[in-house]
Amino acid sequence: MSLSPTGALRHSGNLFAMALDVVRTLPRRPFQAREFIQQAWFVASVTILPTALVSIPFGAVIALQIGSLTRQLGAQSFSGAASVLAVLREASPIVTALLIAGAGGTAICADLGARKIRDEIDAMQVLGIDPIHRLVVPRVLASMVVAVLLNGLVSVVGVAGGYFFNVVLQNGTPGAYLASFTTLAQLSDLWAAEFKALVFGAIAAIVASYKGLTAKGGPKGVGDAVNQSVVITFMLLFVTNFVMTAVYFQIVPQRG
Amino acid sequence: MGVEICVEGLTKSFGHQVIWQDVSLTLPAGEVSVMLGPSGTGKSVFLKTLVGLLKPERGSVRVAGRDITRLREHDLYEVRKLFGVLFQDGALFGSMNLYDNIAFPLREHTRKSESEIRRIVLEKMDMVGLIGAEGKLPGEISGGMRKRAGLARALVLDPEIILFDEPDSGLDPVRVAYLNQLIVDLNAQIDATFLIVTHDIASARQVPDNIGLLFRRELVMFGPREDLLTSNEPVVRQFLNGRMQGPIGMAEEKDAAQVQQELAQIDERGPAEGLPPRLLPSPGITRPPRWEAIARREAGLRWEEVSGA
Repeated sequence: MSLSPTGALRHSGNLFAMALDVVRTLPRRPFQAREFIQQAWFVASVTILPTALVSIPFGAVIALQIGSLTRQLGAQSFSGAASVLAVLREASPIVTALLIAGAGGTAICADLGARKIRDEIDAMQVLGIDPIHRLVVPRVLASMVVAVLLNGLVSVVGVAGGYFFNVVLQNGTPGAYLASFTTLAQLSDLWAAEFKALVFGAIAAIVASYKGLTAKGGPKGVGDAVNQSVVITFMLLFVTNFVMTAVYFQIVPQRG
Repeated sequence: MGVEICVEGLTKSFGHQVIWQDVSLTLPAGEVSVMLGPSGTGKSVFLKTLVGLLKPERGSVRVAGRDITRLREHDLYEVRKLFGVLFQDGALFGSMNLYDNIAFPLREHTRKSESEIRRIVLEKMDMVGLIGAEGKLPGEISGGMRKRAGLARALVLDPEIILFDEPDSGLDPVRVAYLNQLIVDLNAQIDATFLIVTHDIASARQVPDNIGLLFRRELVMFGPREDLLTSNEPVVRQFLNGRMQGPIGMAEEKDAAQVQQELAQIDERGPAEGLPPRLLPSPGITRPPRWEAIARREAGLRWEEVSGA
Protein backbone atom coordinates (compact mmCIF):
# COMPACT_ATOMS: atom_id res chain seq x y z
CA MET A 1 0.00 0.00 0.00
CA SER A 2 1.46 3.29 -1.09
CA LEU A 3 1.43 6.34 1.13
CA SER A 4 1.13 8.90 -1.67
CA PRO A 5 -1.90 11.17 -1.67
CA THR A 6 -3.11 9.71 -4.96
CA GLY A 7 -2.89 6.24 -3.43
CA ALA A 8 -5.05 7.28 -0.49
CA LEU A 9 -7.55 8.88 -2.85
CA ARG A 10 -7.64 5.80 -5.02
CA HIS A 11 -8.27 3.55 -2.03
CA SER A 12 -11.13 5.70 -0.76
CA GLY A 13 -12.54 5.83 -4.26
CA ASN A 14 -12.38 2.05 -4.55
CA LEU A 15 -13.99 1.69 -1.13
CA PHE A 16 -16.93 3.86 -2.18
CA ALA A 17 -17.13 2.07 -5.52
CA MET A 18 -17.49 -1.20 -3.65
CA ALA A 19 -20.11 0.27 -1.33
CA LEU A 20 -22.08 1.31 -4.44
CA ASP A 21 -21.61 -2.16 -5.92
CA VAL A 22 -23.04 -3.65 -2.74
CA VAL A 23 -26.10 -1.38 -2.97
CA ARG A 24 -26.54 -2.19 -6.65
CA THR A 25 -26.15 -5.94 -6.08
CA LEU A 26 -28.52 -5.93 -3.09
CA PRO A 27 -31.73 -6.64 -5.03
CA ARG A 28 -30.17 -9.26 -7.30
CA ARG A 29 -31.75 -12.74 -7.12
CA PRO A 30 -31.23 -15.38 -5.88
CA PHE A 31 -30.73 -13.95 -2.42
CA GLN A 32 -28.00 -15.89 -0.58
CA ALA A 33 -30.20 -16.77 2.39
CA ARG A 34 -28.03 -19.60 3.63
CA GLU A 35 -24.86 -17.52 3.64
CA PHE A 36 -26.78 -14.67 5.31
CA ILE A 37 -28.04 -16.86 8.15
CA GLN A 38 -24.64 -18.47 8.65
CA GLN A 39 -22.94 -15.10 8.75
CA ALA A 40 -25.55 -13.52 11.03
CA TRP A 41 -25.17 -16.43 13.41
CA PHE A 42 -21.40 -16.18 13.20
CA VAL A 43 -21.22 -12.42 13.77
CA ALA A 44 -23.71 -12.70 16.63
CA SER A 45 -21.77 -15.54 18.25
CA VAL A 46 -18.50 -13.60 18.26
CA THR A 47 -20.07 -10.35 19.50
CA ILE A 48 -22.87 -11.14 21.98
CA LEU A 49 -20.80 -12.11 25.01
CA PRO A 50 -18.15 -9.37 24.71
CA THR A 51 -20.92 -6.83 24.10
CA ALA A 52 -22.81 -7.82 27.23
CA LEU A 53 -19.61 -7.85 29.27
CA VAL A 54 -18.55 -4.44 27.98
CA SER A 55 -21.94 -2.79 28.41
CA ILE A 56 -22.24 -3.62 32.14
CA PRO A 57 -19.19 -1.58 33.20
CA PHE A 58 -20.07 1.02 30.56
CA GLY A 59 -23.51 1.51 32.11
CA ALA A 60 -21.90 1.54 35.55
CA VAL A 61 -19.40 4.24 34.64
CA ILE A 62 -22.14 6.44 33.22
CA ALA A 63 -24.25 5.85 36.36
CA LEU A 64 -21.33 6.75 38.60
CA GLN A 65 -20.46 9.90 36.67
CA ILE A 66 -24.04 11.07 36.42
CA GLY A 67 -24.76 10.12 40.02
CA SER A 68 -22.04 12.35 41.35
CA LEU A 69 -22.71 15.11 38.81
CA THR A 70 -26.40 15.31 39.64
CA ARG A 71 -25.57 15.37 43.34
CA GLN A 72 -23.18 18.27 42.80
CA LEU A 73 -25.84 20.12 40.85
CA GLY A 74 -28.54 19.19 43.33
CA ALA A 75 -30.60 17.41 40.72
CA GLN A 76 -30.65 13.86 42.07
CA SER A 77 -34.16 13.36 40.82
CA PHE A 78 -32.86 13.59 37.28
CA SER A 79 -30.12 10.96 37.63
CA GLY A 80 -32.31 8.26 36.12
CA ALA A 81 -33.32 10.46 33.23
CA ALA A 82 -29.77 11.50 32.48
CA SER A 83 -28.27 8.04 32.60
CA VAL A 84 -30.97 6.55 30.36
CA LEU A 85 -30.38 9.37 27.91
CA ALA A 86 -26.62 8.84 27.91
CA VAL A 87 -26.86 5.07 27.51
CA LEU A 88 -29.53 5.15 24.87
CA ARG A 89 -28.27 7.98 22.71
CA GLU A 90 -24.52 7.61 22.70
CA ALA A 91 -23.19 4.70 24.71
CA SER A 92 -25.09 1.89 23.10
CA PRO A 93 -24.47 2.77 19.43
CA ILE A 94 -20.79 3.39 20.19
CA VAL A 95 -20.34 0.15 22.14
CA THR A 96 -22.16 -1.69 19.37
CA ALA A 97 -19.96 -0.05 16.75
CA LEU A 98 -16.74 -0.89 18.56
CA LEU A 99 -17.70 -4.52 18.99
CA ILE A 100 -19.14 -4.98 15.52
CA ALA A 101 -15.94 -3.51 14.04
CA GLY A 102 -13.58 -5.09 16.55
CA ALA A 103 -15.05 -8.57 16.74
CA GLY A 104 -17.31 -8.98 13.68
CA GLY A 105 -15.40 -6.84 11.16
CA THR A 106 -12.01 -8.36 11.94
CA ALA A 107 -13.42 -11.87 11.57
CA ILE A 108 -15.00 -10.97 8.21
CA CYS A 109 -11.79 -9.29 7.00
CA ALA A 110 -9.57 -12.19 8.08
CA ASP A 111 -11.90 -14.73 6.49
CA LEU A 112 -12.15 -12.94 3.13
CA GLY A 113 -8.43 -12.05 3.19
CA ALA A 114 -7.44 -15.68 3.71
CA ARG A 115 -9.72 -16.68 0.83
CA LYS A 116 -8.22 -13.97 -1.37
CA ILE A 117 -4.60 -15.01 -0.89
CA ARG A 118 -5.47 -18.67 -1.43
CA ASP A 119 -6.91 -17.70 -4.87
CA GLU A 120 -10.39 -18.77 -3.73
CA ILE A 121 -11.87 -15.42 -4.71
CA ASP A 122 -10.25 -15.60 -8.16
CA ALA A 123 -11.52 -19.14 -8.55
CA MET A 124 -15.00 -17.97 -7.66
CA GLN A 125 -14.86 -15.17 -10.24
CA VAL A 126 -13.64 -17.59 -12.88
CA LEU A 127 -16.53 -19.90 -12.05
CA GLY A 128 -18.71 -16.95 -13.04
CA ILE A 129 -19.80 -16.02 -9.52
CA ASP A 130 -19.64 -12.44 -8.31
CA PRO A 131 -18.02 -12.40 -4.84
CA ILE A 132 -19.87 -9.17 -4.03
CA HIS A 133 -23.19 -10.90 -4.55
CA ARG A 134 -22.20 -14.24 -3.07
CA LEU A 135 -20.05 -13.17 -0.10
CA VAL A 136 -20.14 -9.45 0.61
CA VAL A 137 -23.87 -8.67 0.43
CA PRO A 138 -24.87 -11.42 2.90
CA ARG A 139 -22.12 -10.28 5.28
CA VAL A 140 -23.15 -6.63 5.12
CA LEU A 141 -26.80 -7.50 5.74
CA ALA A 142 -25.89 -9.90 8.55
CA SER A 143 -23.71 -7.32 10.22
CA MET A 144 -26.47 -4.68 9.93
CA VAL A 145 -29.11 -6.95 11.47
CA VAL A 146 -26.83 -8.09 14.26
CA ALA A 147 -25.78 -4.50 14.98
CA VAL A 148 -29.43 -3.47 15.40
CA LEU A 149 -30.10 -6.39 17.75
CA LEU A 150 -26.88 -5.80 19.68
CA ASN A 151 -27.83 -2.16 20.12
CA GLY A 152 -31.02 -3.31 21.84
CA LEU A 153 -29.02 -5.65 24.05
CA VAL A 154 -26.55 -2.93 25.01
CA SER A 155 -29.36 -0.52 25.84
CA VAL A 156 -31.07 -3.03 28.12
CA VAL A 157 -27.89 -4.19 29.83
CA GLY A 158 -26.55 -0.64 30.13
CA VAL A 159 -29.74 0.73 31.66
CA ALA A 160 -29.97 -2.24 34.02
CA GLY A 161 -26.34 -1.77 35.04
CA GLY A 162 -26.96 1.93 35.59
CA TYR A 163 -29.97 1.16 37.75
CA PHE A 164 -27.99 -1.33 39.82
CA PHE A 165 -25.12 1.05 40.48
CA ASN A 166 -27.27 4.08 41.11
CA VAL A 167 -29.85 2.44 43.34
CA VAL A 168 -27.87 -0.27 45.09
CA LEU A 169 -24.39 1.20 45.34
CA GLN A 170 -25.07 4.94 45.45
CA ASN A 171 -28.22 4.66 47.55
CA GLY A 172 -30.44 6.39 45.00
CA THR A 173 -34.20 6.04 45.30
CA PRO A 174 -35.60 3.38 42.96
CA GLY A 175 -38.86 5.24 42.52
CA ALA A 176 -37.26 8.52 41.53
CA TYR A 177 -34.86 6.75 39.20
CA LEU A 178 -37.62 4.89 37.38
CA ALA A 179 -40.07 7.76 37.39
CA SER A 180 -37.63 10.13 35.74
CA PHE A 181 -36.89 7.69 32.91
CA THR A 182 -39.08 9.43 30.39
CA THR A 183 -38.60 13.04 31.45
CA LEU A 184 -35.77 13.59 29.00
CA ALA A 185 -35.54 10.51 26.82
CA GLN A 186 -38.17 9.81 24.18
CA LEU A 187 -38.96 6.99 21.83
CA SER A 188 -37.30 8.70 18.87
CA ASP A 189 -34.00 8.43 20.76
CA LEU A 190 -34.29 4.67 20.56
CA TRP A 191 -35.12 4.74 16.84
CA ALA A 192 -32.22 7.08 16.18
CA ALA A 193 -29.86 4.79 18.09
CA GLU A 194 -31.08 1.74 16.18
CA PHE A 195 -30.65 3.60 12.91
CA LYS A 196 -27.12 4.55 13.91
CA ALA A 197 -26.35 0.92 14.72
CA LEU A 198 -27.73 -0.12 11.33
CA VAL A 199 -25.42 2.31 9.52
CA PHE A 200 -22.43 1.35 11.70
CA GLY A 201 -22.99 -2.32 10.96
CA ALA A 202 -23.04 -1.59 7.23
CA ILE A 203 -19.87 0.53 7.37
CA ALA A 204 -17.97 -2.02 9.46
CA ALA A 205 -18.87 -4.89 7.12
CA ILE A 206 -18.17 -2.94 3.92
CA VAL A 207 -14.76 -1.73 5.09
CA ALA A 208 -13.86 -5.21 6.37
CA SER A 209 -14.94 -6.82 3.10
CA TYR A 210 -13.09 -4.24 1.02
CA LYS A 211 -9.88 -4.71 2.98
CA GLY A 212 -10.25 -8.48 2.93
CA LEU A 213 -10.90 -8.67 -0.81
CA THR A 214 -7.93 -6.44 -1.62
CA ALA A 215 -5.49 -8.22 0.70
CA LYS A 216 -2.25 -9.22 -0.97
CA GLY A 217 1.21 -10.41 -0.13
CA GLY A 218 0.57 -13.66 1.68
CA PRO A 219 -0.36 -14.23 5.33
CA LYS A 220 1.27 -10.96 6.39
CA GLY A 221 -0.98 -9.13 3.96
CA VAL A 222 -4.05 -10.56 5.71
CA GLY A 223 -2.76 -9.34 9.07
CA ASP A 224 -2.14 -5.86 7.65
CA ALA A 225 -5.59 -5.83 6.06
CA VAL A 226 -7.28 -6.69 9.37
CA ASN A 227 -5.29 -4.03 11.17
CA GLN A 228 -6.14 -1.37 8.58
CA SER A 229 -9.79 -2.36 8.45
CA VAL A 230 -10.20 -1.80 12.22
CA VAL A 231 -8.45 1.58 12.12
CA ILE A 232 -10.38 2.80 9.08
CA THR A 233 -13.69 1.55 10.46
CA PHE A 234 -13.19 3.29 13.80
CA MET A 235 -12.34 6.58 12.12
CA LEU A 236 -15.35 6.38 9.81
CA LEU A 237 -17.67 5.34 12.62
CA PHE A 238 -16.79 8.25 14.89
CA VAL A 239 -17.14 10.78 12.10
CA THR A 240 -20.44 9.27 10.99
CA ASN A 241 -21.63 9.24 14.59
CA PHE A 242 -20.89 12.93 14.94
CA VAL A 243 -22.69 13.82 11.73
CA MET A 244 -25.72 11.69 12.52
CA THR A 245 -26.00 13.11 16.03
CA ALA A 246 -25.82 16.67 14.70
CA VAL A 247 -28.51 15.92 12.12
CA TYR A 248 -30.66 14.21 14.73
CA PHE A 249 -30.72 17.30 16.96
CA GLN A 250 -31.71 19.42 13.99
CA ILE A 251 -34.65 17.35 12.83
CA VAL A 252 -36.10 15.91 16.06
CA PRO A 253 -37.53 18.39 18.59
CA GLN A 254 -36.13 17.82 22.09
CA ARG A 255 -38.08 17.61 25.32
CA GLY A 256 -37.97 19.96 28.24
CA MET B 1 -16.12 -27.89 -29.71
CA GLY B 2 -13.46 -25.69 -28.18
CA VAL B 3 -13.05 -21.98 -28.72
CA GLU B 4 -10.16 -20.05 -30.22
CA ILE B 5 -8.40 -17.44 -28.10
CA CYS B 6 -6.80 -14.61 -30.01
CA VAL B 7 -4.33 -12.45 -28.10
CA GLU B 8 -3.01 -9.28 -29.72
CA GLY B 9 -0.41 -6.79 -28.55
CA LEU B 10 -1.02 -7.56 -24.89
CA THR B 11 1.04 -5.51 -22.41
CA LYS B 12 0.85 -5.73 -18.65
CA SER B 13 2.74 -3.82 -16.00
CA PHE B 14 2.47 -3.34 -12.25
CA GLY B 15 3.36 0.28 -11.53
CA HIS B 16 6.52 1.01 -13.49
CA GLN B 17 7.53 -2.63 -13.77
CA VAL B 18 6.64 -4.10 -17.15
CA ILE B 19 5.72 -7.80 -16.80
CA TRP B 20 5.58 -8.52 -20.52
CA GLN B 21 4.77 -6.45 -23.57
CA ASP B 22 3.31 -6.86 -27.00
CA VAL B 23 2.38 -10.52 -26.62
CA SER B 24 0.46 -11.77 -29.66
CA LEU B 25 -0.57 -15.36 -30.19
CA THR B 26 -3.54 -17.50 -31.16
CA LEU B 27 -4.51 -20.56 -29.19
CA PRO B 28 -6.13 -22.75 -31.86
CA ALA B 29 -9.54 -24.21 -30.97
CA GLY B 30 -9.42 -27.69 -29.49
CA GLU B 31 -5.63 -27.88 -29.31
CA VAL B 32 -3.28 -28.21 -26.35
CA SER B 33 -0.82 -25.35 -25.91
CA VAL B 34 1.92 -24.95 -23.31
CA MET B 35 3.31 -21.64 -22.11
CA LEU B 36 6.84 -22.04 -20.82
CA GLY B 37 9.07 -19.55 -19.10
CA PRO B 38 11.59 -19.20 -16.30
CA SER B 39 10.16 -18.50 -12.84
CA GLY B 40 8.95 -14.95 -12.41
CA THR B 41 8.29 -14.13 -16.06
CA GLY B 42 4.61 -13.52 -15.45
CA LYS B 43 3.15 -16.80 -16.67
CA SER B 44 0.46 -16.79 -13.99
CA VAL B 45 -0.21 -13.11 -14.67
CA PHE B 46 -0.71 -14.01 -18.34
CA LEU B 47 -3.22 -16.67 -17.38
CA LYS B 48 -5.13 -14.33 -15.08
CA THR B 49 -5.23 -11.72 -17.84
CA LEU B 50 -6.77 -14.26 -20.23
CA VAL B 51 -9.76 -14.75 -17.91
CA GLY B 52 -10.09 -11.03 -17.18
CA LEU B 53 -9.00 -11.18 -13.53
CA LEU B 54 -6.29 -8.64 -14.37
CA LYS B 55 -6.67 -5.77 -16.81
CA PRO B 56 -3.82 -5.29 -19.29
CA GLU B 57 -2.50 -1.83 -20.17
CA ARG B 58 -2.78 -2.43 -23.90
CA GLY B 59 -3.93 -5.08 -26.32
CA SER B 60 -6.90 -7.37 -26.67
CA VAL B 61 -7.94 -10.92 -25.80
CA ARG B 62 -10.70 -12.17 -28.07
CA VAL B 63 -12.65 -15.22 -26.96
CA ALA B 64 -15.58 -16.34 -29.10
CA GLY B 65 -15.49 -12.97 -30.86
CA ARG B 66 -15.63 -10.87 -27.68
CA ASP B 67 -12.79 -8.82 -26.27
CA ILE B 68 -12.29 -9.87 -22.63
CA THR B 69 -10.33 -6.73 -21.78
CA ARG B 70 -13.20 -4.42 -22.72
CA LEU B 71 -16.21 -6.35 -21.45
CA ARG B 72 -18.43 -4.96 -18.72
CA GLU B 73 -18.39 -6.81 -15.41
CA HIS B 74 -21.73 -8.49 -16.06
CA ASP B 75 -20.80 -9.76 -19.55
CA LEU B 76 -17.42 -10.86 -18.23
CA TYR B 77 -19.13 -13.26 -15.82
CA GLU B 78 -21.08 -14.70 -18.77
CA VAL B 79 -17.96 -15.25 -20.90
CA ARG B 80 -16.13 -16.78 -17.96
CA LYS B 81 -18.60 -19.66 -17.94
CA LEU B 82 -16.70 -20.88 -21.03
CA PHE B 83 -13.57 -21.23 -18.90
CA GLY B 84 -12.38 -23.83 -16.47
CA VAL B 85 -9.27 -22.85 -14.55
CA LEU B 86 -7.03 -25.03 -12.43
CA PHE B 87 -5.18 -22.74 -10.03
CA GLN B 88 -1.74 -23.53 -8.63
CA ASP B 89 -2.91 -24.90 -5.30
CA GLY B 90 -6.32 -25.96 -6.54
CA ALA B 91 -7.94 -22.86 -4.94
CA LEU B 92 -10.59 -25.04 -3.31
CA PHE B 93 -13.04 -23.39 -0.92
CA GLY B 94 -11.56 -24.18 2.48
CA SER B 95 -14.89 -24.25 4.27
CA MET B 96 -16.46 -26.93 2.05
CA ASN B 97 -15.62 -30.61 1.63
CA LEU B 98 -14.46 -31.94 -1.74
CA TYR B 99 -17.93 -33.01 -2.82
CA ASP B 100 -19.47 -29.59 -2.12
CA ASN B 101 -16.49 -27.88 -3.75
CA ILE B 102 -16.99 -29.79 -6.98
CA ALA B 103 -20.78 -29.46 -6.83
CA PHE B 104 -20.52 -25.70 -6.19
CA PRO B 105 -20.55 -24.48 -9.84
CA LEU B 106 -23.47 -26.79 -10.64
CA ARG B 107 -25.50 -25.57 -7.68
CA GLU B 108 -24.79 -21.94 -8.53
CA HIS B 109 -25.34 -22.00 -12.26
CA THR B 110 -27.75 -24.82 -13.06
CA ARG B 111 -31.16 -25.95 -11.88
CA LYS B 112 -30.15 -29.60 -11.83
CA SER B 113 -31.64 -31.85 -9.19
CA GLU B 114 -29.44 -32.98 -6.32
CA SER B 115 -29.37 -36.55 -7.67
CA GLU B 116 -28.21 -35.37 -11.07
CA ILE B 117 -25.54 -33.21 -9.44
CA ARG B 118 -24.42 -36.24 -7.49
CA ARG B 119 -24.09 -38.26 -10.70
CA ILE B 120 -21.99 -35.56 -12.45
CA VAL B 121 -19.79 -34.88 -9.42
CA LEU B 122 -19.04 -38.57 -8.86
CA GLU B 123 -18.30 -39.01 -12.57
CA LYS B 124 -15.74 -36.16 -12.49
CA MET B 125 -14.26 -37.38 -9.21
CA ASP B 126 -13.86 -40.80 -10.73
CA MET B 127 -12.14 -39.20 -13.75
CA VAL B 128 -9.46 -37.64 -11.52
CA GLY B 129 -9.29 -40.65 -9.19
CA LEU B 130 -10.77 -39.11 -6.06
CA ILE B 131 -13.59 -41.57 -5.34
CA GLY B 132 -13.81 -42.14 -1.59
CA ALA B 133 -12.49 -38.70 -0.62
CA GLU B 134 -15.82 -36.85 -1.01
CA GLY B 135 -16.14 -35.94 2.66
CA LYS B 136 -12.60 -34.65 3.15
CA LEU B 137 -11.87 -30.97 3.68
CA PRO B 138 -9.19 -29.34 1.45
CA GLY B 139 -6.98 -28.85 4.50
CA GLU B 140 -6.90 -32.58 5.19
CA ILE B 141 -5.54 -33.81 1.85
CA SER B 142 -2.24 -33.68 0.00
CA GLY B 143 -1.29 -31.05 -2.59
CA GLY B 144 -1.69 -33.54 -5.42
CA MET B 145 -5.22 -34.41 -4.35
CA ARG B 146 -6.08 -30.72 -4.03
CA LYS B 147 -4.91 -30.22 -7.60
CA ARG B 148 -6.97 -33.09 -8.90
CA ALA B 149 -10.02 -31.86 -6.98
CA GLY B 150 -9.47 -28.38 -8.45
CA LEU B 151 -9.37 -29.98 -11.91
CA ALA B 152 -12.62 -31.86 -11.24
CA ARG B 153 -14.27 -28.60 -10.18
CA ALA B 154 -12.98 -26.86 -13.32
CA LEU B 155 -14.53 -29.64 -15.43
CA VAL B 156 -18.09 -29.87 -14.05
CA LEU B 157 -19.55 -27.12 -16.21
CA ASP B 158 -18.11 -28.70 -19.39
CA PRO B 159 -15.90 -25.72 -20.25
CA GLU B 160 -14.79 -24.88 -23.78
CA ILE B 161 -11.40 -23.64 -22.58
CA ILE B 162 -9.34 -25.10 -19.74
CA LEU B 163 -6.39 -23.22 -18.29
CA PHE B 164 -3.87 -25.01 -16.06
CA ASP B 165 -1.60 -22.99 -13.80
CA GLU B 166 1.47 -25.17 -13.15
CA PRO B 167 -0.39 -28.48 -12.87
CA ASP B 168 2.90 -30.27 -12.23
CA SER B 169 4.49 -28.07 -9.55
CA GLY B 170 4.90 -29.84 -6.23
CA LEU B 171 3.95 -33.26 -7.60
CA ASP B 172 6.18 -36.34 -7.80
CA PRO B 173 7.22 -37.54 -11.28
CA VAL B 174 4.79 -40.45 -11.28
CA ARG B 175 1.82 -38.23 -10.45
CA VAL B 176 3.00 -35.76 -13.10
CA ALA B 177 2.98 -38.57 -15.66
CA TYR B 178 -0.55 -39.57 -14.63
CA LEU B 179 -1.68 -35.96 -14.75
CA ASN B 180 -0.20 -35.49 -18.24
CA GLN B 181 -2.00 -38.62 -19.42
CA LEU B 182 -5.19 -37.27 -17.84
CA ILE B 183 -4.78 -33.97 -19.70
CA VAL B 184 -4.31 -35.72 -23.04
CA ASP B 185 -7.25 -38.06 -22.38
CA LEU B 186 -9.44 -35.12 -21.43
CA ASN B 187 -8.52 -33.28 -24.59
CA ALA B 188 -9.50 -36.30 -26.67
CA GLN B 189 -12.79 -36.68 -24.76
CA ILE B 190 -14.09 -33.12 -24.42
CA ASP B 191 -12.33 -31.38 -27.28
CA ALA B 192 -11.80 -28.14 -25.37
CA THR B 193 -8.97 -25.66 -25.92
CA PHE B 194 -6.19 -26.26 -23.37
CA LEU B 195 -3.51 -23.88 -22.14
CA ILE B 196 -0.95 -25.20 -19.69
CA VAL B 197 1.37 -22.78 -17.92
CA THR B 198 4.42 -24.57 -16.57
CA HIS B 199 8.18 -24.75 -16.37
CA ASP B 200 8.35 -28.52 -16.53
CA ILE B 201 10.21 -29.31 -19.76
CA ALA B 202 9.39 -33.02 -19.79
CA SER B 203 5.65 -32.31 -19.90
CA ALA B 204 6.17 -29.58 -22.49
CA ARG B 205 7.97 -32.02 -24.77
CA GLN B 206 5.32 -34.74 -24.65
CA VAL B 207 1.91 -33.16 -24.22
CA PRO B 208 1.14 -30.11 -26.39
CA ASP B 209 0.37 -29.22 -29.99
CA ASN B 210 1.88 -25.76 -29.52
CA ILE B 211 4.56 -24.29 -27.30
CA GLY B 212 5.22 -20.69 -26.35
CA LEU B 213 8.14 -19.27 -24.38
CA LEU B 214 8.00 -16.11 -22.27
CA PHE B 215 11.36 -14.55 -21.44
CA ARG B 216 12.73 -11.09 -20.83
CA ARG B 217 9.33 -9.41 -20.77
CA GLU B 218 8.24 -10.74 -24.13
CA LEU B 219 6.98 -13.77 -25.97
CA VAL B 220 10.15 -15.19 -27.54
CA MET B 221 8.39 -17.72 -29.69
CA PHE B 222 5.03 -19.39 -30.12
CA GLY B 223 4.34 -22.16 -32.59
CA PRO B 224 3.84 -25.86 -33.26
CA ARG B 225 5.68 -28.17 -30.88
CA GLU B 226 7.98 -29.51 -33.62
CA ASP B 227 9.17 -25.98 -34.51
CA LEU B 228 10.15 -25.12 -30.96
CA LEU B 229 11.74 -28.45 -30.11
CA THR B 230 14.00 -28.16 -33.16
CA SER B 231 14.55 -24.41 -32.90
CA ASN B 232 18.04 -22.92 -32.84
CA GLU B 233 17.00 -19.82 -30.94
CA PRO B 234 19.47 -19.71 -28.00
CA VAL B 235 16.85 -18.96 -25.33
CA VAL B 236 14.56 -21.73 -26.52
CA ARG B 237 17.40 -24.25 -26.71
CA GLN B 238 18.72 -23.31 -23.29
CA PHE B 239 15.33 -23.60 -21.64
CA LEU B 240 14.28 -26.82 -23.32
CA ASN B 241 17.61 -28.44 -22.47
CA GLY B 242 17.64 -27.06 -18.94
CA ARG B 243 21.29 -25.99 -19.00
CA MET B 244 23.16 -23.03 -17.53
CA GLN B 245 24.90 -21.85 -20.70
CA GLY B 246 22.79 -19.31 -22.53
CA PRO B 247 20.95 -16.02 -22.12
CA ILE B 248 18.91 -17.04 -19.03
CA GLY B 249 20.80 -16.35 -15.81
CA MET B 250 20.15 -17.14 -12.17
CA ALA B 251 18.85 -13.72 -11.18
CA GLU B 252 17.55 -12.23 -14.40
CA GLU B 253 19.55 -12.12 -17.61
CA LYS B 254 23.26 -12.14 -18.43
CA ASP B 255 25.32 -9.64 -20.41
CA ALA B 256 25.68 -10.27 -24.11
CA ALA B 257 29.44 -10.96 -24.14
CA GLN B 258 29.17 -13.70 -21.55
CA VAL B 259 26.33 -15.32 -23.46
CA GLN B 260 28.39 -15.33 -26.67
CA GLN B 261 31.30 -16.94 -24.87
CA GLU B 262 29.15 -19.61 -23.26
CA LEU B 263 27.35 -20.41 -26.46
CA ALA B 264 30.65 -20.86 -28.24
CA GLN B 265 31.71 -23.37 -25.60
CA ILE B 266 28.80 -25.69 -26.17
CA ASP B 267 29.58 -27.86 -29.14
CA GLU B 268 26.52 -27.02 -31.18
CA ARG B 269 23.82 -29.65 -31.41
CA GLY B 270 25.63 -32.39 -29.50
CA PRO B 271 24.09 -35.73 -30.22
CA ALA B 272 21.02 -35.36 -32.42
CA GLU B 273 18.05 -35.85 -30.15
CA GLY B 274 15.17 -36.04 -32.58
CA LEU B 275 11.63 -35.32 -31.52
CA PRO B 276 10.52 -36.94 -28.30
CA PRO B 277 7.42 -39.11 -28.78
CA ARG B 278 4.04 -37.50 -28.20
CA LEU B 279 1.77 -38.66 -25.46
CA LEU B 280 -1.36 -40.21 -27.00
CA PRO B 281 -4.76 -40.81 -25.38
CA SER B 282 -5.10 -44.04 -23.41
CA PRO B 283 -6.16 -47.09 -25.42
CA GLY B 284 -9.69 -47.24 -23.98
CA ILE B 285 -10.59 -43.77 -25.22
CA THR B 286 -12.22 -43.25 -28.60
CA ARG B 287 -10.06 -40.81 -30.51
CA PRO B 288 -11.66 -37.97 -32.42
CA PRO B 289 -10.35 -37.35 -35.98
CA ARG B 290 -7.80 -34.80 -34.75
CA TRP B 291 -6.13 -37.33 -32.48
CA GLU B 292 -6.37 -40.06 -35.15
CA ALA B 293 -4.32 -37.82 -37.40
CA ILE B 294 -1.78 -37.11 -34.68
CA ALA B 295 -1.45 -40.81 -33.88
CA ARG B 296 -0.89 -41.63 -37.58
CA ARG B 297 1.75 -38.92 -37.89
CA GLU B 298 3.48 -40.14 -34.74
CA ALA B 299 3.48 -43.73 -35.98
CA GLY B 300 4.96 -42.50 -39.28
CA LEU B 301 7.74 -40.61 -37.51
CA ARG B 302 8.65 -43.59 -35.33
CA TRP B 303 8.63 -45.85 -38.39
CA GLU B 304 11.01 -43.51 -40.24
CA GLU B 305 13.33 -43.53 -37.26
CA VAL B 306 13.37 -47.31 -37.03
CA SER B 307 13.80 -47.87 -40.76
CA GLY B 308 16.41 -45.11 -40.99
CA ALA B 309 18.53 -46.68 -38.24
